[in-house]
Parts: sequence; structure tokens; C-alpha cells
Amino acid sequence: MLMAVKTARQPPLAADRSTAPLAIDAAGVSLTFATADGTVEALSGIDLQIAAGEFVSLIGPSGCGKTTALRIAMGLELATSGRVTVDGRAVKGCGHDRGMVFQHAELLPWLTAMQNVMFGLEMKGMRGAKLRATAENYLDLVGLGSSRNRRPHQLSGGMQQRVGIARALAIDPKVLLMDEPFGALDAQTRETMQEELLQIHARTKKTILFVTHDLDEAVLIADRIVIMRDGRIQEILQVPLPRPRGDLGVVRGTKEFAETRYHVWKSLHAAPDTPTVH
Amino acid sequence: MTQIVDSKIETEDQDVGATRRGVPRWIVTLSSVAVLTLLWEWFGRDINPVFGSYPSAIAEAFWELVQSGKLQAATLESLRPFVVGYGLAIMFGVPLGLVIGRYHVAEAALGIYVTAGYAMPLVALVPLLVLWLGLGFAVKAAVVFLMSVFPICINTWLGVTAVPKSLIEVGKSFVAPNTVILRRIILPATLPYIMAGIRLAVGRAVVAMVIAEFFTTISGLGAIIINSANNFDTATMFVPIVMLMVMAIGLNGLIGLIERRVAPWQAEIAGRDRE
Repeated sequence: MLMAVKTARQPPLAADRSTAPLAIDAAGVSLTFATADGTVEALSGIDLQIAAGEFVSLIGPSGCGKTTALRIAMGLELATSGRVTVDGRAVKGCGHDRGMVFQHAELLPWLTAMQNVMFGLEMKGMRGAKLRATAENYLDLVGLGSSRNRRPHQLSGGMQQRVGIARALAIDPKVLLMDEPFGALDAQTRETMQEELLQIHARTKKTILFVTHDLDEAVLIADRIVIMRDGRIQEILQVPLPRPRGDLGVVRGTKEFAETRYHVWKSLHAAPDTPTVH
Repeated sequence: MTQIVDSKIETEDQDVGATRRGVPRWIVTLSSVAVLTLLWEWFGRDINPVFGSYPSAIAEAFWELVQSGKLQAATLESLRPFVVGYGLAIMFGVPLGLVIGRYHVAEAALGIYVTAGYAMPLVALVPLLVLWLGLGFAVKAAVVFLMSVFPICINTWLGVTAVPKSLIEVGKSFVAPNTVILRRIILPATLPYIMAGIRLAVGRAVVAMVIAEFFTTISGLGAIIINSANNFDTATMFVPIVMLMVMAIGLNGLIGLIERRVAPWQAEIAGRDRE
């Protein structure tokens, strides 16, 4: 736990706190809710600073609170105590400054891929020719330009999630929040999507908070890995892999990948309440 | 990318193989109707014509009613309150169900009346309705309305509660106002339930129409039924009865067609993969 506190207070990557506000700044975020067996603490005292443009993955076993933390950042749930700001503004509900990518894409089944992307934009107040052009643009960005008139059930899981990413990116948010977006995809599709997401990140410079339970995924795509357990941050780890990462198959073969992966693995398998030893 | 597309096509091929096997459904339906009609004709002829009838006698009575113009006039007379009552039931039942399903306060305040209304013994209330609305068109439309509004409302209500929370969260996360969530997410997601309610209501509306014609001014198809029954002309009595049932089947099919038009994604998603 000591270790976690220390790393959490390190200045995040490329942060210039004097000029730009942090993309995400969470301080003392806790969430408790009442059940029949008493109160349950889903999150307790989460402190996390994420710089603009940073790619952070949240990893941990099921029920560790990683998705809850993401939902609080989105404004879909409200913290019992603590404070979250996005780009300097306190989170009090959902906002156009954050784009959410859901676990199972959650496209509206009665709309085409194009209309699904347009939905988010319309909610932002965009109309007319600009609306269509923007939606087309982002579908092209995720490589779905030719499938824009298909409905979700006519698309494979990977293609659906591409539309989900395009829908979130199209509103040009400060932060992209992704909730295990590739968890339901087959291994090959997942790898393709990871590489494409890295390309999108390089091109758009978006801040990304990425929830996953896949150890390899966390190491391959993130700048920093936040390891969570029982509603707390257990450890925050800098990934020593350079960007751009290019072919992830090659990255997997590197020593740095293996070492980081082992480190995260050990941290995840450490007995509860035992500080990780380096 | 090509792999993704290929695997999609493969699964579709399997589905097509599973559903396209065997005899076309309309042939099965037609054969079933033919067998039943023949059996009815065969055994019906032995029964005293007061106690029962049979298809060829009913067809003969049908032809007589058509030639005299009575059937057309009666049908038109019956259809007017039917269309008005049923149409109003859809116009009121759907929005009411949406609101009850969406808002807890509305559910707590109004839900019980809808549930109770569905079980209301309407026949017993017809005399009271006559006192309020008279014996004419209005009371007939009201009876049809009261019989069909509740199943439509309850189905819509159930449909709203079955909308996946995740889809509503999509709306929320893009900062959609409540009205937009209701109109652009909940309404389309509930459409299959609404259409099912509208279908269920067809049967009740037809029954209500005949009840109204029995217990208010005797008119329309209900009048043909009552008058021929009083004259022990059982074959003629069966003409409107069979006609109403055929009409209900037709209306049901029509609603199915509309459903596939307004909610085509549903037919495409829903599994028709049955034995």
C-alpha cells in the first residue's frame, strides 16, 4: 500500500501543471452503497491524476471497482465522497467533454452505423451537412466507411465496437473512457483493434482511460497501468515501452513487455493487504 | 477484416439451412383449414340445423346476405365504432404505457388502475355506459376503447421496463434530455412489445364490438347474429361470427406487416429458429 501511495503522487507523464489542467484528476473518491448485509465500499479513497494525451489502463479482478471508477468519471454514477475533475471542471453528471465506449458497443439496433454515430453528434447540437460529414469522417477513421448503412446486427462484434469508438470520438471529447471494449472479441480481432486504437490515439492525441481485465492488453496499449483491488488502487506502474508501438506482435517479444507483464502479474496475484515488493 | 465478414456469412448460411427446410408454412395452414372444414361439413350435416350448422350452409347464407346488401351495410355499421375505439385505444394506451413504464411516480399512481382496468368486467358496466353516453355510436366506440386500451397500455409498460439499462445509459452518456431518451431510445426499443399489445387488443376489440351491439342499440353484425339466432337460423348466425374471426386473422396479419415495416431490425434479430 505504501508503494501505491508513493507512485500515485508522482507527477504523471508529460504533465505541465502550470499551463494545462489535468485531463482527469480524482481525489479521495469513494463510493459506498447500502445492501441487506450492510454498507459495501465499492471504491475507497481513489487518487489518480491523468495528464492530457495520456493512455492509462485500469486493471484488476472482477469486482475490484475499476468499472465503477470509470462510470464515476463518466458521470453515470456519483461518488459518495471525493472529487473528480475533467479538464479542470468538476464532474457532476455526463458531459460532452467525455466520450464513453461501452463493453458491448451498445449501438442502438434500429439505427445504421452512420445514424448511431450521428446520434451522439445530434445530442451535441450538430445539424445538417456538417453532421453527416463529421459522422462519415469518423466512420472512415475506424475503417467502416463502406459499412455505414448497415445495422448493428449486420456487423461483426469487432465492427460494432469500431462504430462505438467512432460514436464516442466523433463528439470530440477531451477524454475517451473505455469499459473493457475488446473483452467480448475473439483474440485475433482484439489484437487488430488494439493496434488500431493505438493508431487512433497517436492521431487524435486523446486522453484515454481504458478498463480491462486482460493483463497483456493493459501492458501493450497503456502508458501507465493502475492496478486495483478491493476498491483501492494497489499500484500505479509506468510502462517502459516507447511509442509508437507499431506491430504489437513484435512488442510482445520484447524484454520490457515481459518484465512489465510479470510485474503486473505479481501485483495482481499478491496476497491482499501485502505491499508489493520490488 | 475479411475473416470477420466471412464468419458472419457462415453463421447466416447455417440459419438459412435450419429455417428453410420442409413444407412452406402457408401450405400447412391451408391444409389444416381444409381438413377442419371437411370434417365440419361431414359431421355437421347430421346435426339438426337449429343446433348447429356446416360450411356449405353457412356459405349459402353468406351469399344471400351479400346479395341483399345486408352484410355490407352491417359490416360498415360495425366497423365505424370499432375503428374509432381501437384507434383511440392505441393513441392513449401507448403514451400512457410509456409514461407509466418510465416514471416511478406515474407507475405508483396509475399502474394499479391499468392492472385493474384490464380485469374489469366490462359487460356488467355497459348499462352504466349507456346511461352516460346514450345508445348510439359513442357508447359502442367507448366499449371497444375500454376493452382494448388496457392490453395495449400494459404491454407498452412491460416493454419499457424491459429496455436494457445500457441503452438508456448510451443516451445519458451523450447528454440526451429525458424526452429524447423516451422518444429515440425507449420508444423504438419498446416497439415490438407495443405491436404485440396492439395485436392482442384486436381480439378483445372484436369481442367488445359485438357486446356493444348486443347491449346497446342492436345494430351491425351483432344484430344479424341476434336476429338470426332468434329465428333459429343458425347458418345465418354463423356468417358474421366466421366473418369476424376471419377479419381478426386479417388484421393480425396486417399488424405483423406493419411491424416488419416499422421495426425491421426486430424480425432480423429475433430468432425464428424453431422446430
